[in-house]
Amino acid sequence: MGYDCIVCVKQVPDTANITGEAMKEDGTVNRAALPAIFNPEDLNALEAALEIRDRYGGTVTAVCMGPPAASEVLRACLYRGADRVILLTDRRAAASDTLATSYILSRAIRTLGRFDFVFCGRQAIDGDTAQVGPQLAEKLGIPQVTYFESLVDLSGRSARLRRNVGNGWEVLETPLPVLVTVLESANTPRPAGARRVMRYKRARSPAEVIAAVKAEMPEASEETCEREVGRRVEHLRMAGLLIDQWDLDDIQADLAWCGLAGSPTKVYRVQSIVLKKEGYTEIPPTEEGVRRLIHELIVDHTLG
Amino acid sequence: MGNFFLDNPDILFLFEHMDLATLARLQEDDFTRGDEGPEYAPRDAADAVDNYRRVLTIVGDVAANHIAPRAAEVDEQGHRLNEDGTVTLGEHVRRNIEVLAKADLMGFTLPRAYGGLNCPNLIYTMAIEIISRADASLMNIFGLQGIAETIYAFASDEIRAEYLPRFARGELTGAMVLTEPDAGSDLQAVSLKAAQDPDGTWRLNGVKRFITNGCGEVLLTLARSEPEIRDGRGLSLFVSDRNPRIRVRHLEHKLGIHGSPTCELVYDNAPARLIGERQRGLIEYVMSLMNGARVGIAAQSLGIAEAAFRVAREYAHTRKQFGKSIERLPAVAEMLTDMKIAIEAARALAYETSRVCDLENNNLRVMEFRKDALDAEELRRRRADSRVYKRLNGMLTPMSKYYCSEMCVRVANDAIQVLGGSGYMKDYPCERLLRDARITTIYEGTSQLQIVAAVRGVCSGAFEKRVEEYEQAAGDEAELAELRTMLARGKTRVLEGIAFIKQQGGDYMDLAGRRLVDAAAVVIIGHLLLQQARRNARKQAVAGRFIRTGLPTLERDIALVCSGDQSALRDLDLLAGPPVIPPAAG
Repeated sequence: MGYDCIVCVKQVPDTANITGEAMKEDGTVNRAALPAIFNPEDLNALEAALEIRDRYGGTVTAVCMGPPAASEVLRACLYRGADRVILLTDRRAAASDTLATSYILSRAIRTLGRFDFVFCGRQAIDGDTAQVGPQLAEKLGIPQVTYFESLVDLSGRSARLRRNVGNGWEVLETPLPVLVTVLESANTPRPAGARRVMRYKRARSPAEVIAAVKAEMPEASEETCEREVGRRVEHLRMAGLLIDQWDLDDIQADLAWCGLAGSPTKVYRVQSIVLKKEGYTEIPPTEEGVRRLIHELIVDHTLG
Repeated sequence: MGNFFLDNPDILFLFEHMDLATLARLQEDDFTRGDEGPEYAPRDAADAVDNYRRVLTIVGDVAANHIAPRAAEVDEQGHRLNEDGTVTLGEHVRRNIEVLAKADLMGFTLPRAYGGLNCPNLIYTMAIEIISRADASLMNIFGLQGIAETIYAFASDEIRAEYLPRFARGELTGAMVLTEPDAGSDLQAVSLKAAQDPDGTWRLNGVKRFITNGCGEVLLTLARSEPEIRDGRGLSLFVSDRNPRIRVRHLEHKLGIHGSPTCELVYDNAPARLIGERQRGLIEYVMSLMNGARVGIAAQSLGIAEAAFRVAREYAHTRKQFGKSIERLPAVAEMLTDMKIAIEAARALAYETSRVCDLENNNLRVMEFRKDALDAEELRRRRADSRVYKRLNGMLTPMSKYYCSEMCVRVANDAIQVLGGSGYMKDYPCERLLRDARITTIYEGTSQLQIVAAVRGVCSGAFEKRVEEYEQAAGDEAELAELRTMLARGKTRVLEGIAFIKQQGGDYMDLAGRRLVDAAAVVIIGHLLLQQARRNARKQAVAGRFIRTGLPTLERDIALVCSGDQSALRDLDLLAGPPVIPPAAG
């Protein structure tokens, strides 16, 4: 037998290597100033799925919701060994909060059909909410194991998983299918495979093909463009290099639950906090020095 | 997420400027084959070069994020010799091999027909350097892909089909089983016996020593198949799988490269298959294998030196003494400058050597595998090219191995010096890097043997011809005129040295060889750096310092070559004193 794993991956701005003006005046992330990367813990989620497939057989399907440019993280999934990748892209999905996002993902997973595992990274480094995984499990009506660190046992229709509980760990036994959110400490993501990179660097989603055709043939009529896009997409499909692309209609999503309409989150206020170092005090390593320090800490209520 | 390719400006510079497109066209037969089935084949030169960049990016990722973090533990862990004569590799080394296999890096230069990446040797050399910077000892597994190349170049179709796809998948690692207790540098003395059963099966009997990765799954063994012929022409090359008739008797305890198991092997009637033809084992196959391996050691040396330099550079910047960073102290500043320039100089030579190897190998491959497609005229031209490349490589390969490994030991040693007392402690990787560095001037032929080969290359006309070609391509930029003049003066002096040494006997050539090779290397590397200097101001400064400091040394070396002094050899007992042999115990 084998296990079919679905991995939800996200393209995020690289908040760990901030350059330029990372925040716009309205308090939102200035994506243009930050390079787009594979959300780090989603790579751990992908690795967890690939390890199960390598050991027990089955398939790994990566799903990414995002703009056409997010095709890049799906290519990165192919480089590492994913069997199939799907880009969920639709302008009507823009501005989705975690509730709408988990709804859209749940529709995509329902559309895929049978599965044994859904793996998500614990959280994305842009929003740091860690909500999408748990909400997705709720919407799919399946058990969830968060903060996953390792697979203890897997046989038949049940799995024993170890999760980190902050000051220790616990092992949970769960029936399948199950949704798992994965920590960075769970594994070391494998490198891209050179042969797969050489092959799949050419993989494209239809949205990317459209963008490329428009850029290459700015003067052409809509009809000519469409024909060229059709030709290229067919060529990619024949070569096994077409990244599947779904919109909200393909997954039969209720538009009331998607995008801005489906997002109850209201941002009250965003503060730009700039951390500054403002000098320092040298404490002499003497009884007197330590006594003064403690006194000071008590006075400003850091202690006591 | 670090990356040992993308964080190395000098490798990136060379990647950009070494005309890889031309190399890719050679490697891919100008993209005219059309029979390249695998879906990952490149379509044109730009596509192939893009692949090279992507592959090296993977190598850089694997090196920085998987290999380097384990290097200290690999050094401490070692391997276990089991009672049944097998070896269990240390866990970290096993994981390193696994990750290299997962990244598809174990069939680096093999053709795609076998699942390989079909990368040129130059790209492989860069990859070996990058891996060695992370863990020098892993190079002895990653860098042993010459074994698969040897099988590809010389073995039957059947043997190729059996082994090569498994090498490319990373399921197999191999060993070159050459050295014996009484046949080290002198491989002509190999005595391990190969004899045929009545049914034609070859059987091997004897002992091999100092075998790198001798516990690997596939062994290429040099053995005496013609007992009546005592020299190298009596030796053939055999391939065997690991089996109970080949036991590891002993694992060596070494100064460094602890991740690489060094085995003593006992063959007890072990079955084996002949590679290619009898009697060509040493004189053709092993010579070819070792030439590739020597470039590999040059690359390993570069990686170790790069690692050591980086530790020293960072330490000198952050360490404060006398109220300032020690990098601003004149003595330390000079050490750091010399270390960096030495690395870039050695890298220029090693990469150039690899490039010439690619020219030679691709030419041979076309003559061997596509003979029928060549007309008489082209065949003649290719044969002539082949002779030129062979002669050039006969000089460059040993020169690179010698130059890079000696540089590596010096730089690793200086790195400890920069760190002072801290460098001597186990808290920093410098001491491990020096221990790892120390083997590079010894294995795959000692520096002294490289010089014996290189000096003959220098004296064969290859030096003069090559330098003339460099002079043609040296440009006419006014700001580089002084350097060109200095190099012209250097060439003249080296030619004087060559002329002098050729009038003396072979012993003198070996005695004065080191100085002559050192001098020739200054001119050759000087030209390579001069070419680089045409690209940017920093490289101009590097070339300037290398040539200006190299020329006085060259003058001194040539003066000594032309002195004819043979006292070290003639007056050994007088100058070194007579040998003192302690009386046998008991």
